[in-house]
Amino acid sequence: MTEPLLMLDDVRATLRLRGGHQTLLDGVSFEIHAGEALGLVGESGSGKSLTTRAITRMLDPAFRVSGEIAFDGTSVLAMNQAALRRYRSTDVGMIFQDPRAHVNPVHRVGDFLTEALVRERGVDRREAERRAVVLLDEVGVRNPEQRLRQYPHELSGGLLQRVMIASVLLAEPKLILADEPTTALDVTAQSDVMAILDEQRRARGLALLFITHDLELAAACCDRLAVMYAGEIVEQGAHVYHAPTHPYTVELLGARPSIDQRVDRLPVLRYDRETHELLKAEAS
Amino acid sequence: MSLRAYLLRRAGGLLLVLLVTSFIVFGLLYLAPGSPLAFILGPRGGTPEQIAAVTAQYHLNDPFFVRYAAWLGDILRGDLGYSIVYRQDVSSLISGRIGTTLALVSMAAVIIAVVGVAAGTFAALRGGWSDQLTSTTAAIGLSTPSFVVGVALISIFAVGLGWFPTFGSGTGGLDTIVHLTLPALALSVASAAYLARITRASVLEESGREHVQTATVRGLAPGYIVRHHVLRNSLIPIVTVLGLTIATLIAGAVVVENVFALDGLGSLLVRAILQRDFAVVQAVILVLVVAFVVVNAIVDFLYTFIDPRIALGSRQ
Repeated sequence: MTEPLLMLDDVRATLRLRGGHQTLLDGVSFEIHAGEALGLVGESGSGKSLTTRAITRMLDPAFRVSGEIAFDGTSVLAMNQAALRRYRSTDVGMIFQDPRAHVNPVHRVGDFLTEALVRERGVDRREAERRAVVLLDEVGVRNPEQRLRQYPHELSGGLLQRVMIASVLLAEPKLILADEPTTALDVTAQSDVMAILDEQRRARGLALLFITHDLELAAACCDRLAVMYAGEIVEQGAHVYHAPTHPYTVELLGARPSIDQRVDRLPVLRYDRETHELLKAEAS
Repeated sequence: MSLRAYLLRRAGGLLLVLLVTSFIVFGLLYLAPGSPLAFILGPRGGTPEQIAAVTAQYHLNDPFFVRYAAWLGDILRGDLGYSIVYRQDVSSLISGRIGTTLALVSMAAVIIAVVGVAAGTFAALRGGWSDQLTSTTAAIGLSTPSFVVGVALISIFAVGLGWFPTFGSGTGGLDTIVHLTLPALALSVASAAYLARITRASVLEESGREHVQTATVRGLAPGYIVRHHVLRNSLIPIVTVLGLTIATLIAGAVVVENVFALDGLGSLLVRAILQRDFAVVQAVILVLVVAFVVVNAIVDFLYTFIDPRIALGSRQ
């Protein structure tokens, strides 16, 4: 077995609050190997986004993080500022949910795409623009030269998310963190953008941590799934989608309405914090 | 909207504002008690014949609208009028003083921009103790009247240390800059403090934006992020406040001009108001209004460069 590209071991993130502590990541452990895709699913507030923030060390300084996060065998939590910047710019690429908010509106699309290459890698501006044009074309953006001269507000959400994907691919990272990359888009743009992300990732052999609420989508484009609840990973593996074993996963998968079945009431999750604590107590 | 249409619209707006303000100022001076006769004829007054002669010469007894219309007609022909107190053309009175005020306001504007933006950015990014210190200094600067600052500057740097002259506007070039340094400092303290607070708030807000996170997670250098993504995006409120400040400095310079015995537009305006020198008051107000409108038009124009989402003449 080769060394995993990304390894999280018992990662805890605790927020110090007035009158106590709140543990928002509670012993998260998983591995992603090179070229592998892991889908991270779970309800809102379960800690999916926090996990990506912990991986890129973008958590608010108010958090106390313990455990181990290693990328290519190097501890991320122990990196100094220079190493951290190198890690962020070359090793991981982050695709955010809302490209409209995550791309600076006052600079041209071309500046957004090339700034990391030009500033951090010393690539000549012309060369960086040439590479950006090639990549925009690959992610299905028509008239890429013209797009470089446009401002973000002149592009649709789907187009801007492709620009975001292209910006990540331009940096040639080994791991892509995609935090609900299609949630803010309309339905047709969603499937296009996801198809492009999946295709590009496979073609380049990049690893992916894919966060989503869409269980089918996660199962379709990921090798393994990890299910989060209350800051913990309750179950993970290739079996999760077809043969879940944890009660929460079973309920979560059962809660999806089926298109060929008529039901009077939609199933709801009965699993709550109390059940969760009870189960944990039983297991230990 | 094209640049041409935009300029035309702004020029039309300027004319309308000028018309309204000139009417209001003229009306208020007309309603205010007192008459320029007292200044022309001296403290002992004149004989009834003299009074009648002066009144007739300057049309002082004509109805309000007749006098306003006559003044307006002169302006349209490019004649700013004749000062009955100085016995000089108003245009030469103004052109002799506008340079001083312009130099003073320009220097103050540069100081305000540099100090205000630097202090505000510093406070926002460093936080903690530095922020406290900057904010407190800004509060003190904001609440200290410019004449107090002026007198303090004179007593320390002009009288005490002898680095700068105490009064006058110099003989041009470097000499003018040396002469105007203390007045410009006195004039800029409150506005720089205000701009620092605005900059601080704006920079704090922009640093929390999602696109700044994107830049950080891409591993860009912190200094570059501050310049290219935080400060650059904070410019709208900064430029707005700076523009308004510069426009009001022209009129606000009057106190500082008096403290430092500078012969500028401000002191001319105050004296003209006290002496009911209609033509001078009107002309100076016209200059102030033009400056105000022009500075605001420039600020609006700058918006379109600062934020590409704002179109020329849009209501955003």
